[in-house]
Amino acid sequence: MRASTAVEVPLLEVEDLVVEFGPVRAVDGVSFRLPAGPYGLALVGESGSGKTTIARALMRLVSAASGAIRLDGDEVVGSSRALRAYRRDVQIVFQDPTTSLDPRAKIGSTIAEPLRAHGIVPRAEVDDRIASLLAEVGLDPDMAGRYPHQLSGGQRQRVAIARALSVEPRVLVLDEPTSALDVTVQARILELIAKLRRERGLAYVLISHNLAVVERLCEETAVLYLGRIVEHGPTEPILARPAHPYTLALRSAVPEIDLAARRSRIVLPGTVPDPANPPPGCPFHPRCPYAIDRCRIEVPELRTVDGRTVACHRAEEILAGEA
Amino acid sequence: MTGTMTGAKLSLQDLRIAFGPRRVVDLDRLELATGEILGLAGESGSGKSITALAVLGLASTLGARVEGSVRLDDEELVGAAESRLREIRGSRISMIFQSPVSSLDPLLQVGELFERTLRLHGVRKREASERASNAFREVLLSVDLLQRYPHELSGGQAQRIAIAMALALRSEVLLADEPTSALDVTVQAEILDLLRRVREERGMSVLFISHDLAVIAELCDRVAVMQLGRIVEEGPTARVLGEPEDEYTKRLVAAVPKIGVRA
Repeated sequence: MRASTAVEVPLLEVEDLVVEFGPVRAVDGVSFRLPAGPYGLALVGESGSGKTTIARALMRLVSAASGAIRLDGDEVVGSSRALRAYRRDVQIVFQDPTTSLDPRAKIGSTIAEPLRAHGIVPRAEVDDRIASLLAEVGLDPDMAGRYPHQLSGGQRQRVAIARALSVEPRVLVLDEPTSALDVTVQARILELIAKLRRERGLAYVLISHNLAVVERLCEETAVLYLGRIVEHGPTEPILARPAHPYTLALRSAVPEIDLAARRSRIVLPGTVPDPANPPPGCPFHPRCPYAIDRCRIEVPELRTVDGRTVACHRAEEILAGEA
Repeated sequence: MTGTMTGAKLSLQDLRIAFGPRRVVDLDRLELATGEILGLAGESGSGKSITALAVLGLASTLGARVEGSVRLDDEELVGAAESRLREIRGSRISMIFQSPVSSLDPLLQVGELFERTLRLHGVRKREASERASNAFREVLLSVDLLQRYPHELSGGQAQRIAIAMALALRSEVLLADEPTSALDVTVQAEILDLLRRVREERGMSVLFISHDLAVIAELCDRVAVMQLGRIVEEGPTARVLGEPEDEYTKRLVAAVPKIGVRA
C-alpha cells in the first residue's frame, strides 16, 4: 500500500475547492491530489457530504465559487478548446446505467459517438474499436447491435465503462458505480474495475458510501462531512483505526455479514445540520459523542496525526482510545 | 426447515404466482412466527417483492395470478373478499417500502394522513391523534413532524413515519421491502435498531426483504434465500450465512464485499 507522495506534479489536483448553491456551501475548501495510475482515491460520505458535487465540479458540470482544479499542473479555465481536451481526459461513470445511456441509441452508436467526436480512431476503424472495447469490459461484441433495454443492469454498467474508456481518459470519476446493482453483479463490476486498473494503469476517483468497496479499490480515502474533508490518508489505517469520530461512527454503522467482525456501534444523535446554516465551531460537534467546549467554538483545521490528516481537536485521544 | 411451528403468525404454502404463462414464484412453504424477524434474501427478479404483495392480496392488482395458500393465524387470505383484505391491510398486516418519501401521500400533512388512515380503520378522531402521537414517540420522532408534508422529511424520518403508521394501526405483521436500501449507512443502522425494538416491545412479526446479506445478518433470526421464485435455502441466519449449503447461497455470500479482507 502506498499513499500519494506527490513530489512530482500530480495528475489531477483539487485545491481549496468551494462550490456554492445560493446560500448553501455544498463543498467547503476541499483539496486532494491524484497521482498517475494505477491509483484509486475514494471520496466517502453520506447524503449532503458534498461528494457528488465534487464529482460534478471535476466534470465541469458545476462551477466552483473559488479554488482550482488542475490537470498536469495546468488549471482548466474558460476556453472551449481546453475544456474539450479536459473532458476527454477526465471521464465519468454514473451510478445508474439505466438513465446514463441513451435509450434510443444502440450500444454501438453510444460508444461510437465519443470515438468520432474526439477523433480517436480513423472512421474505418471505429467498428473494430467498439468490438475491442466491448471485449475489454467483458461483453460480447455482438452487443453493439442491441439497445440498452435489452441489457441487464450489470451489462449496461459495462457499456457505460466502455464508453468512458473509449476516449482513452487519464482520470476516471466513478460515482457510486455499483450501488444500483445486485450483489453478485456488483462483485463482477468491482473485478472489472480492478482489472482495468491493472491493465490500463487507470487513476480514478471513486465516490462511494460502501467502505468495503473503497477498501478493495482505493489506496487513499477522504471522508467528507458537510462539504469538508474530516479525515484523509491511506485507506487501510483509516478504516482500521479511524481518528475522526465521524469516520468511527460511519465504520461502526456498516453491517457485517460475519458476526465475529461486528463492532459495537456508535449512535449519532440528530441529523446532518442544514448546510445553509452550519453550527459554529466543528460542524460535527452537535452529533459528536466526544465533543468538548473547544469543539463548540473553534473550527478544527486538517492537521497531520499518525500518518493521515484529520480535522478533530481530540484525534490523538481518539486514536489512543482515551477519548 | 424449521418444521411446522405451532402458532405461525403468517404461513405461505404452495404459493404459485404467475404473470400470464410466466411463473415468477413457486414457493413450497414459508412461515413467520409471532415476534420473529425473517429475512427474505435474493436478487432482482427473484420474486421476493411480489411474494410480499401477494400476502397483502395486491399481486392480482398487478395482473398476477395467485394460487395456493397465505394464512394469517387461521384465516385464509388467498381468494378472500376484497372488503376483508382491505380490513386486514394496515390493521393487521402493514408494509413499508424502499422509497419512504414516495410511499406517503405528497398532498397530506403527516398528521392528516395518520388521521385519515386510522379513521378508515374505524378509530375515532380523538383516539386517532392520540395513537399518532404515541407512535411518534415510540419511533423517537418529534410530534412536530406531524405538521410536515412528505417533501419536508428526510428519508430516515419518512421511514420512521411509515413504521409509526404500522404501530398506530397495531399491525401484527410488518412486511418490509428493502426498507433501508435507499438510506445512508448511519440512518440504516438506526432503522434496524428501531425494527429490533418494535419486535421486542410489540412482539411484531417482521418479514424483512433485502438483497443485502450483511443487513440480514445483523437483523434477522432466520433467513430464506430466494432464487428465480424458489426458496433454495432456509434456516437460522448464522447457519445459512456462516455455512451455506446451497450453491447459489454460497455465491451470494462470497459476493458480499467485506472490510478488512482484501481480495
